[in-house]
Amino acid sequence: MTALLDVRHLSVTFTTRAGVARAADDVSFTVAPGETVALVGESGCGKTVTALALLRLLAEPPARVDPASRILFDGADVLALESAALRRLRGGGIGMVFQEPAANLNPVLSIGAHLVETIRAHASLSRGAARARARELLAMVGLPEPDRHLRQYPHELSGGMQQRVLLALALAGEPKLLVADEPTTALDVTTQAEILELLDSLRRQLGMAMLLITHNLAIAATVADRVAVMYGGRIVETAPAARLFAAPAHPYTEGLLRAAPRLDGPDRPTPAIPGGVPPATAWPTGCRFRPRCARAFDRCAEEPPLMAAGEGRETRCWLAAGTPEAS
Amino acid sequence: MTRLRVGLVFVLALVVLALLAPLLAPHPPHLQLDLAALRAAPPSAAHPLGTDLFSRDLLSRVLHGARISLAIAGLAVVMAVLLGGTVGILSGWLGGAVDAVLMRAVDAAMAIPRLFVVLVVLALWEHVTVPAMIVILGATGWFGISRLVRAEVRNARARGWVVAARAAGVPGPRIVLRHVLPNIAGPVIVAATMGIGQVVLLEAGLSYLGVGIPQPAPSWGSIIADGQAVLRTAPWIVASAGGALVATVLAFTLLGDGLRAWLDPRAP
Repeated sequence: MTALLDVRHLSVTFTTRAGVARAADDVSFTVAPGETVALVGESGCGKTVTALALLRLLAEPPARVDPASRILFDGADVLALESAALRRLRGGGIGMVFQEPAANLNPVLSIGAHLVETIRAHASLSRGAARARARELLAMVGLPEPDRHLRQYPHELSGGMQQRVLLALALAGEPKLLVADEPTTALDVTTQAEILELLDSLRRQLGMAMLLITHNLAIAATVADRVAVMYGGRIVETAPAARLFAAPAHPYTEGLLRAAPRLDGPDRPTPAIPGGVPPATAWPTGCRFRPRCARAFDRCAEEPPLMAAGEGRETRCWLAAGTPEAS
Repeated sequence: MTRLRVGLVFVLALVVLALLAPLLAPHPPHLQLDLAALRAAPPSAAHPLGTDLFSRDLLSRVLHGARISLAIAGLAVVMAVLLGGTVGILSGWLGGAVDAVLMRAVDAAMAIPRLFVVLVVLALWEHVTVPAMIVILGATGWFGISRLVRAEVRNARARGWVVAARAAGVPGPRIVLRHVLPNIAGPVIVAATMGIGQVVLLEAGLSYLGVGIPQPAPSWGSIIADGQAVLRTAPWIVASAGGALVATVLAFTLLGDGLRAWLDPRAP
């Protein structure tokens, strides 16, 4: 099956006063049509930079996308698109839902104005037809009174409703891929579950693929077919969701899973991964997780490549290559 | 809120007085009534603000002067906002080399005193007309506004809703017009309102120096200049136009201040 989205060797650097920050480093992954892939990792691991790079939304400078990077969407080379095609891709090919819905809606424009504008950016419809379509979209994302909401302003809606509006906006261009960057982070837990369910059901209903970016493993486990774990700007492990959660191959994934608090286990302090993420301007040499890894050994001073570890799984850890004594 | 109301009432009153000057003024502003009997006559029932050295009714002159003053200041500020807004938007939205070149040019322009530039340019005219005055004051008054607009646009450009609009495929020029402009209108309106008061003062100063709208047009500055020589014997001449000038500048400053507080809930 050919991939809908094929990201190859994506590297993004930021030139800062502290030096060159390698925010995303040789990131490669694919999303097949209709598939849900979760990109998981803690803050600062490069998830959002990767998402923004997909739509060329990074401000350059200060960001710089390495020329060796390739992003193929539906066969088109995203990084080489000229502006009209890029505009069609944004919203039309790939729809995007951001975190913090309140910050992503213009306070001086009504919900209707937001939707009509986006709809008309992707289809030549009259104002009236676009408004009718906007009403449909609001109903589709489960808002109770589409007609009233069209006239309302962002501040008149609750966080959950705002996030539904953002989702409606992301769907307005009938994209084939929905990129959701921490879509539930700013919401309370019950609303989170509702939004996730909505995302998943709309994805099925519309036959879209989804790239879900989250730091929350539980969310990834619920909706994703495949999970890619990022650490230090790199993908350290990709695997089908069920396998990843059953038996993580990379010590970082293992640490993350162990660090998630559980309700069903014995009452014990949640084991944290020791240390913190080093700054992106100064990644450790060799394996980037080495200073925090309990299972690090000599060979980890050497940079591990992504290695196949069976059953559709890849990991960037020498442990998967077998111990050096054995090999 | 009080400042806004008082300022608004004052400004509206001024505008109404200026617009209705031909109806309200008891005499034509240029008419020399009676050079023998009414030369620099003090305020009386017939001439509430007195008369000037040429026996012209001061109330009529001050009222007609408001037309000149407000028309010049208002239109010069509109022009400054259009120029400064365009430069500020280009600079703030495009950034990079465009921003650097435009803003360094503005820095250079701001380094030259405005009054000096205006004086030199006005010296080229023998007979300055109102439209020429508007263009000169407008063309020299947009630097501050361009910086303000640039800063606001840069700020808006980094906001989530601008990134979201780009992610949704909305074309750049449309984002500027529909998303950014309405969000930055507040500070620009405040600056423009305050600016009108400043331009009224500048125009009066130029007329006072004799390089503004020439006599016999009733500019406030030239009324003050006329009355200066007889300040001791006929202080009402200077007081008439001077009072109008103070009231006008104060009204626009109050309105601007009130608008600032009203548009920005964080301001004290």
